[in-house]
Amino acid sequence: MNLAVKDIRHNLGRFALTSFGIGMLLMMVMGMVGIYRGMIEDATLLIDNLGADIWVVQNNTRGPFAEVSRVPRNLLDRVAVIPGITNAREFIYHMIQRERDGKPLRIGVVGLSWPLDKGEWLPLIAGRSLSQAHYEMVADQTLGIPLGEKLRLGKETFSIVGITKGMISSGGDGLAFFTVKDAQLIQFDTPGEAVRLERASRLERGAKADIGLSQPSLLERALGPSSSIPALGPPMISAVIATLHSSFEPSTVVSVLSGWRDVSVYTADEQRQLMLKGMVEMARKQIGLFTALLTFISAIIMALILYTLTLEKVHEIALLKLIGAPNRVILSMILQQAIFLAMAGYGIAYLAGRKVFPNFPRRVILLNSDLITLALIVLGISIASSILGIYKAVSVNPNEALAG
Amino acid sequence: MSDKEIAVETQGLTKIYGKGNTEVIAMLDVNLTVRRGEVVALLGPSGSGKSTLLTAVGLINPPTKGKVMINGILVLDGPDVFLNLTTFRRNHIGFVFQKSNLIPFLSARENVQVALELNGLTGRTARKKAMSLLDYLGMSDRGDNFPAMLSGGQQQRVAVARALANRPSLILADEPTAALDSVRGRQVMELFSKVAHEQNGAVIVVTHDHRALDVFDLIYEMEDGKIRKKED
Ligand SMILES: Nc1ncnc2c1ncn2[C@@H]1O[C@H](COP(=O)(O)OP(=O)(O)O)[C@@H](O)[C@H]1O
Ligand SMILES: [Mg+2]
Repeated sequence: MNLAVKDIRHNLGRFALTSFGIGMLLMMVMGMVGIYRGMIEDATLLIDNLGADIWVVQNNTRGPFAEVSRVPRNLLDRVAVIPGITNAREFIYHMIQRERDGKPLRIGVVGLSWPLDKGEWLPLIAGRSLSQAHYEMVADQTLGIPLGEKLRLGKETFSIVGITKGMISSGGDGLAFFTVKDAQLIQFDTPGEAVRLERASRLERGAKADIGLSQPSLLERALGPSSSIPALGPPMISAVIATLHSSFEPSTVVSVLSGWRDVSVYTADEQRQLMLKGMVEMARKQIGLFTALLTFISAIIMALILYTLTLEKVHEIALLKLIGAPNRVILSMILQQAIFLAMAGYGIAYLAGRKVFPNFPRRVILLNSDLITLALIVLGISIASSILGIYKAVSVNPNEALAG
Repeated sequence: MSDKEIAVETQGLTKIYGKGNTEVIAMLDVNLTVRRGEVVALLGPSGSGKSTLLTAVGLINPPTKGKVMINGILVLDGPDVFLNLTTFRRNHIGFVFQKSNLIPFLSARENVQVALELNGLTGRTARKKAMSLLDYLGMSDRGDNFPAMLSGGQQQRVAVARALANRPSLILADEPTAALDSVRGRQVMELFSKVAHEQNGAVIVVTHDHRALDVFDLIYEMEDGKIRKKED
């Protein structure tokens, strides 16, 4: 006859309530660990998914995610011809915050190098990737814009042709993918009035300058679009990303690029470290420490619950001793109950967590390794606290069965 | 009767609680012999040391001084212990106390069965034996009830069944009828007598109840820790 099971079955309500309590506690710990993992995962998500081996950014910057980076578009052509580079692409990244239905809508704008990169690699849950050079976007589901809807950004209207899942910025905002040209349109959107004012001041500057005085016909150009003035470069991009040919060592390519004085170069791994060590470092530490604290406190609470459970059984334990139950029988009863409770609590935590966490605004990632570690911790706690209880149980005098 | 085997014998059993000013001599120089097949009553006012004697003999409250011998084996000499008391208790002694001495989360049958299983019986055998013990005590229809669902008298019957489980040579009962009305109290006392005679065990019952004294073979009285035989 298993005394632990008999006791549990007889006091099923209490047992259920206790394991529910432990379960909620563990769910909190699980959630916190998951938030921590989610944060790290999100911070490097885009970097990992873009499949770029090399990032070429503005000199001395840690761009384009950790800070703003601007490089001229023609950097692409210089990078593309380096031996070992197979797939050089333009890349644009910037945050915008607009309003939609009266609520703030933060979007991480990602410009993909059309037509090399149409976003085929995006984890789509609906629709398709980009199929034309303009006016299309693929948005993450967290932005809450349904497929087929049109969104006005700057002077243009973009239709949502695809929806991704889990593509978010390190800040937790949803990403949207455009062609590089469109991303620039959004970034460098200048109102008509600003354009007219700029053209007028251009004319004025030209008229005063030597070149305007000696060649007045040039001044007519000043009133035309910027792109028709060769002296003005096209809009900047954030970075050039590239894939390496598999037979080339990244270090050799990096060493070539490091010689260029106008750019800084990072490998994918360095780019990840820039995010983890720089951008999300504080938040990561904060959440990490809090998680550790929460785990520690939960351990104490759980140990107390399990220990109290033993204390409440002192009378039964004395009775069992009176009828000649050896310590072994009593200890295994206490230990089994602690482990049953812990297991039930863990199960509840896991199942409830699976239901609850997906509704969180940011990703909560339950890694198997974390789940196993937590399970081991819980097992350790239940054993440790039963040892406390067992210590008490062994010292119970059978005489106590007679009291009261 | 003196030809019967001695179940329990004490020599100069003394128990002193506390020290100095708070010292209480609960039991003084108690010499008691009980043979198999005998039912013995232990009378005396509250605080006279009855429970102290019973728990000393039951090996759960060792004496300050004096010897306890069970079945001719010296088990205790003052605080000195000569055996594994838990095992010895399980094999030789059955307890019945005033109240709450059933395990609340086990059914009547399981309360008996657990004592059997602790002594090495398993599964079906233990179950059958537990049922037959309950049957012997007229409780076969209550096997599945939990203690909380049983009346005081029924609980005591189950406790007696459990005390009998391992065919102990000695059964100790401390005011087993205190919570019962006189009719049921008498029934329980008769049960002890039946058990002692049919199973050839020794039974010591502490009681306040003078109405059922006729079922006992011998009656002892305690006062201020000292014991004497009551002559009728
Ligand atoms: N654990 C104890 N500590 C101190 N004194 C005790 C203890 N148990 C009993 N006593 C004292 O010993 C005496 C005998 O008690 P007890 O054997 O319980 O008497 P009875 O069972 O006859 O009522 C009483 O004076 C009681 O107060
Ligand atoms: Mg008493």
